[in-house]
Amino acid sequence: MYFRLTHAPIDTAQARRELLDMGAGGYVSFEGWVRDHNEGQEVTRLEYEAFQELAVKEGGRILAEALRRFPVKHALCIHRVGALGLSDLAVWVGVSAAHRGEVFDACRFIIDEVKHRLPIWKKEHYRSGDSGWVNCERCAAAPHPEEPAVATIRE
Amino acid sequence: MQLKIQYYALMREQAGRSGETLETLAATPADLYGELLARYNFTLAREHLKVAVNSEFSDWTRRLAAGDTVVFIPPVAGG
Repeated sequence: MYFRLTHAPIDTAQARRELLDMGAGGYVSFEGWVRDHNEGQEVTRLEYEAFQELAVKEGGRILAEALRRFPVKHALCIHRVGALGLSDLAVWVGVSAAHRGEVFDACRFIIDEVKHRLPIWKKEHYRSGDSGWVNCERCAAAPHPEEPAVATIRE
Repeated sequence: MQLKIQYYALMREQAGRSGETLETLAATPADLYGELLARYNFTLAREHLKVAVNSEFSDWTRRLAAGDTVVFIPPVAGG
């Protein structure tokens, strides 16, 4: 039950092995991949940057919350940082539990919370030659929000 | 009072540095952001940010102490 950041490609076979448990009858994983488009722009590559100390702490808290909320055996999340290309694996979440229902629920909970809470930023590079920090440029264009920041980053 | 500031992502690029040590009269993270906004012309309003002090999320009104490390957190985009 822990969260990690890595500059190296994620070894999903190894990550899956960490969730093995004789009492588990079900396992689910989620892979977030680098997509070739976003908001009408053609994406060619991207960079992830993390505030490492806080991201690792907050990621650990998300996994601990998942274990409290759902009757699961093990949960693990690994997030890439640095330069990634199209179709690279950016984030991996895995959960094992006695039964199938809770692994889907817990996995969904973890990836949703990771996207909203971790201090990790994504810079997209576009075919046009432009680049931009996802969720930041739009806020910068609208300097007087009526909603708190957390609402602006929910999809 | 001396404070350490770390910058990430869009704010790192706009500040032109990833961190610095500052002598400041700012009593709270809110005061400090006001000071830095004027210096670096950050495009993000405070309402869009969160703040961390000593690697933990913090209120904007917390009283800062000498040697604290402050990180402003622009809208996140993990996953």
